[in-house]
Amino acid sequence: MEQENEAARTGLARRWPEAGVALLLMAGGIVVITDSLRVGIGWADDGPLAGYFPFYIGLVLVLASAWNLFQAARHWKKDVVLFATWPELRDVVSMLVPMTIFVVAVAFLGLYLPSALLLAYFMRRHGSFGWLATLAISAGVPVTAFLLFERWFLVPLAKGPIEAWLGF
Amino acid sequence: MEEFSNLMHGFSVALTWGNLGFMLVGLLLGVLIGVLPGLGGANGVAILLPLTFSMNPTSAIIMLSCIYWGALFGGAITSILFNIPGEPWSVATTFDGYPMAQQGRAGEALTAAFTSSFVGALFAVIAITFLAPLLARFALQFGPPEFFAVQMLTFCSFVGMSKDPPIKTLAAMMLGFALAAVGMDSVTGQLRMTYGFPQLLKGFDFLIAVIGLFGIGEILLTMEEGLSFKGKSAKINPRVVWHTWKELFRYKRTFLRSVLIGCWMGITPGGATPASFMSYGMARRGARDKDAFGKGNIEGVVAPETAAHAAGTSALLPMLTLGIPGSPTAAVLLGGLLIWGLQPGPLLFVEQKDFVWGLIASMYLGNLVGLIVVLTTVPFWAAILRIPFSIIAPVIVVICAIGAYTVHNSIFDVIMMLVFGVLGYLFKKLRYPLAPLVLALVLGDMAESSFRQSMLLSQGGLSIFFSNWLVGSLMVLALFLLVLPGWGAFKNFLRAREARGA
Repeated sequence: MEQENEAARTGLARRWPEAGVALLLMAGGIVVITDSLRVGIGWADDGPLAGYFPFYIGLVLVLASAWNLFQAARHWKKDVVLFATWPELRDVVSMLVPMTIFVVAVAFLGLYLPSALLLAYFMRRHGSFGWLATLAISAGVPVTAFLLFERWFLVPLAKGPIEAWLGF
Repeated sequence: MEEFSNLMHGFSVALTWGNLGFMLVGLLLGVLIGVLPGLGGANGVAILLPLTFSMNPTSAIIMLSCIYWGALFGGAITSILFNIPGEPWSVATTFDGYPMAQQGRAGEALTAAFTSSFVGALFAVIAITFLAPLLARFALQFGPPEFFAVQMLTFCSFVGMSKDPPIKTLAAMMLGFALAAVGMDSVTGQLRMTYGFPQLLKGFDFLIAVIGLFGIGEILLTMEEGLSFKGKSAKINPRVVWHTWKELFRYKRTFLRSVLIGCWMGITPGGATPASFMSYGMARRGARDKDAFGKGNIEGVVAPETAAHAAGTSALLPMLTLGIPGSPTAAVLLGGLLIWGLQPGPLLFVEQKDFVWGLIASMYLGNLVGLIVVLTTVPFWAAILRIPFSIIAPVIVVICAIGAYTVHNSIFDVIMMLVFGVLGYLFKKLRYPLAPLVLALVLGDMAESSFRQSMLLSQGGLSIFFSNWLVGSLMVLALFLLVLPGWGAFKNFLRAREARGA
């Protein structure tokens, strides 16, 4: 019990993601500037070159992120605000990991089977559903999606080897 | 009264059985989106946009805008019954709406919310009907410098008016512009920032960004907050509705004030969320009995709902006439117009009369039908919210993935959606605003080309932006808004130094 309370109060300090995002945006700005310099930021015979506008965008992005980084660094020691507690972050990761696996699976297997598996996983892992309800809903959602999108609105969804084997 | 005959013509376009059907489907889908956590106006419309690819543009925009009205209505249901704002603009509605539901007056609160939404939207549509043609005629004289100045004003007002830190607003906006610049440059045909990846040739699609940032990001936030739905039950019968309507007549002044705030905030890109808070605050300040607010005062439901809908609707005015959306959802609708080959802007009113007036007529009809639909179907939506989160969450992820995939039939987009989702979560937590990022991503190419055309006209001199009174005053106003937060910080700095000195 004692440990649980302790875990609830500690967490990831906000300064880390704050600095991380600022550095990421700064890197993005540098990428933009580099490529703008490559295509040319000056003036050709027929008007401004392709890098003319993005160069300044990149420049402002780098400057703004540098300021945000500076602010994070300035309050580094004093900043005790939490980004999120560890249990909260664990909940986020418990969503993010299956979601990532789902997206990778969609790339290889098409949309339908991974959707059913994702639903089944959540209903068993986070909900207290019996196998029958799990089976019905996790099969029902992809079937509904198939009817709604492919049949009625004629919009094709991602398909993989299983759908090809079934003849769609 | 040319507008009136145009509007009548619009009604004849919108009032076909097919279009009425699409309106109804759109409204139901919209309320569903508004009720479900993680799906909102912007990403809901983005996800459903591919459904309309095979329709004609008029029916498509009627359905999409009805999805938007539906989402606006739906946000009120969750705020009042569950104390969960389904949309950011309905946060202020929870202040008095939920206490009313706790006291067993849920029916009254819902009727008041829906009616206020309807009134707000109705006045905003009337404003659009008469102002849009004027503005469009005026904007016909705009050249590239004027367009760039208006765009500049839009973006600067984000920096100046936003509640989020101004430098972070600037950074988010620049990220949007940078992402918009990726891919083939439309003027020179050169590839920019693709670094050899063929997937990047087309650039980043803002629809994917919207689905990721708002949809996936919101789901991650909801997971963190550990949501459990505990709702109040809702019963609406005609007697309650009639009784509430009679009571609402007492709040004419609140309605009027909220409509004005909403329309102003919607046309300038303030958006529905600040409009709803501002209107709530003004209503409380102006009330005789200030303490009743927050404890279930019906006026506290009327004020934010009216303003939010007025703002949400009038955000379409600059979108249609200038091609500059006032909100992320309006930006998505603008993206839809571009996909169907319609260039929003003043010429739309000359070249696509059927489309424009059909849309405006459908706004009148959509809101009226919407009011009837939500009043009759509330118990059904409340039941949907009782579905456990362990089903809702994966279903929303699947819906987002479907939406992201169907935009270009590309798996790469689904992966990008996930990346934008994580970014959206981080940005929300660290108070980087998402709206300027999305608007910059949508308007980036347009802003760049109007800037480059202006530079061509002036052979590289920035003085073109001050060459006549119109463009000059727009630029001065934009620059003023840009430096406004700096001025505030400077004053604080001086005051702090004075305090230390004394």
